[in-house]
Amino acid sequence: MKKLNAWLPVLSAILAILVDYGVGNIDKHMPAKHPYFMYLLVVLLGAFTIIALLSYFNPKAKEWIEDRSLFIAATILFLNVINIVTKKLGLLPVIFFPTLDKIISIIVEDRDFLALCLGSSGKLLFTGYFFGAIAGFATGIAVGFSNSANYWISPLIRILGPIPATAWIPLVLISFPTTFTASAFLIALSVWFPTTVMTSSGIFNVRNAYFEVSSTLGAGKYYQIFMVGVPAAMPHMFIGLFNGTCASFITLMTAEMLGVKNGIGWYINWQKEMMAYANVYAGLIIIAVTFSILITLLFKVRDNVLVWQKGVIKW
Amino acid sequence: MVGEIKVEGVVKRFQQQNAEEVIALSGIDLRIETGEFVSLIGPSGCGKSTLLRLIAGLNGADEGKLYIDEEEIKKPSYERGLVFQDPMLFPWLSVYDNVAFGLKARNIYKANHMEVQKFIDLVGLSDFSRSYPHQLSGGMAQRASLARALVNHPKVLLLDEPLGALDAFTRMNMQDELIRIWKERGTTMIMVTHDVDEAIYLSDRVIVMTPRPAKIERCIEVQLARPRARNNPEFLSLRSKILEILHFTGTVAEPNYYL
Ligand SMILES: Nc1ncnc2c1ncn2[C@@H]1O[C@H](COP(=O)(O)OP(=O)(O)OP(=O)(O)O)[C@@H](O)[C@H]1O
Ligand SMILES: [Mg+2]
Repeated sequence: MKKLNAWLPVLSAILAILVDYGVGNIDKHMPAKHPYFMYLLVVLLGAFTIIALLSYFNPKAKEWIEDRSLFIAATILFLNVINIVTKKLGLLPVIFFPTLDKIISIIVEDRDFLALCLGSSGKLLFTGYFFGAIAGFATGIAVGFSNSANYWISPLIRILGPIPATAWIPLVLISFPTTFTASAFLIALSVWFPTTVMTSSGIFNVRNAYFEVSSTLGAGKYYQIFMVGVPAAMPHMFIGLFNGTCASFITLMTAEMLGVKNGIGWYINWQKEMMAYANVYAGLIIIAVTFSILITLLFKVRDNVLVWQKGVIKW
Repeated sequence: MVGEIKVEGVVKRFQQQNAEEVIALSGIDLRIETGEFVSLIGPSGCGKSTLLRLIAGLNGADEGKLYIDEEEIKKPSYERGLVFQDPMLFPWLSVYDNVAFGLKARNIYKANHMEVQKFIDLVGLSDFSRSYPHQLSGGMAQRASLARALVNHPKVLLLDEPLGALDAFTRMNMQDELIRIWKERGTTMIMVTHDVDEAIYLSDRVIVMTPRPAKIERCIEVQLARPRARNNPEFLSLRSKILEILHFTGTVAEPNYYL
């Protein structure tokens, strides 16, 4: 069993191919132009065969595949089951549960339009995120270091912060010139709150002794703020950014489903109204992949910035 | 001639959590000459660190005044370097950047960056300049924090048990290094230690403090020629003299063991 470990994904893919090839389709579904699911399985089969073979020579590949082979095999098995339940047996309502072939075909054949939607979502997200994060750092640092900023801004944060950014939609949509600026503002707002709160609380939690040390070494006030307070609070800031990222995704989707006339959220909503559920799933898959890439990137940045933290605090 | 410290009638009280007041220092008068090496010795919790913090300018005195070169001490300055009892290295900076911190903060790093490596070498951390503090042992961290204070060339160096975490061998080496730096620079050194031998070996004067509330019990001049031999009969007699003062003064000394 241990020896087979690296081959589990391959076995699972072969099983799925045999089922897709050998079992007859039910004719409730509109067939896709190409057997895309089969293509996908063949690609997976090829890739994992290579990795499995590689694992005999390369210890890194061996470790990589052995760590996750069971999960990958189970995932392929899961796709196999979906394929059986939809295309082969038609057990689920056809209109809401299209075949995998159909969903993949949308991603492939509609890719230009989907990329366009993704691009405009991305532009909106990054605009909002950028300004929200900058504003969040700025207010957080001000609140953390200045008593008067703390006095005036903290209550504001406490009252406005917990309101979900999306609750402002009715007000914001009429007070901004374009839906783009309105949505960007909402996203910025949703990033701003957690970033501010975590930045300031991070600064409040910095051990006073670090400031004392730096003052005996000749550091002035601003040097202490930016070279002691900020780096020491960096772990908290990243938690704020992480929460802000999640909030920004929610806000982006809501804004696009309510007001903005393009973007991937709008696409999903539009396709849902057309009852084109294959397109809805295709959109969801694209969102899932994109967002998880963004989160992974954020983690990578954090790991690089916070190398010093390894062994100090466990995440 | 710079680096003379004067402490006049200093009283320091602390509010404890339960609103009780602790008198950490009760009327300290002390004058430390430029370039003098002074050790503070006394029971734990008597107020030695507090006195150093006041000289550093991190806390203000409740009564009395402190001066450096006739100028009142009001806030911290790089001229009075303090090596804390905890090494307190910045965990987000490598050893090199920790040591370079003072120079960068004072905006003189470019002209003096050679100093950084020099002091890292001096404290024997050459192989660890790229390491982060959590990768160091306690003794290594203490040496790094010593280098961090030295690189600033302070007039007065305040040392709060700087060699406490070192093994006997490294400790003796570091003592000789301290003496060397002190001679070379003429820096005024004020060092807290619990080690009577170390105090005698290093200092011109050993200041023995009483248990809380701390007062100065005795100032003992050490007039031995340097380099000092630790088994010199005069050394040994000073040693037993100081131990005697520490043990037989203050009625609190004995019950302390049972607390
Ligand atoms: N920030 C503070 N708040 C309240 N009490 C304090 C504070 N700092 C020191 N003290 C009190 O002042 C007294 C002297 O403390 P200090 O740290 O100066 O002692 P010490 O002589 O350095 O002891 P040790 O040799 O154990 O380091 C102690 O009783 C301590 O409880
Ligand atoms: Mg102390």
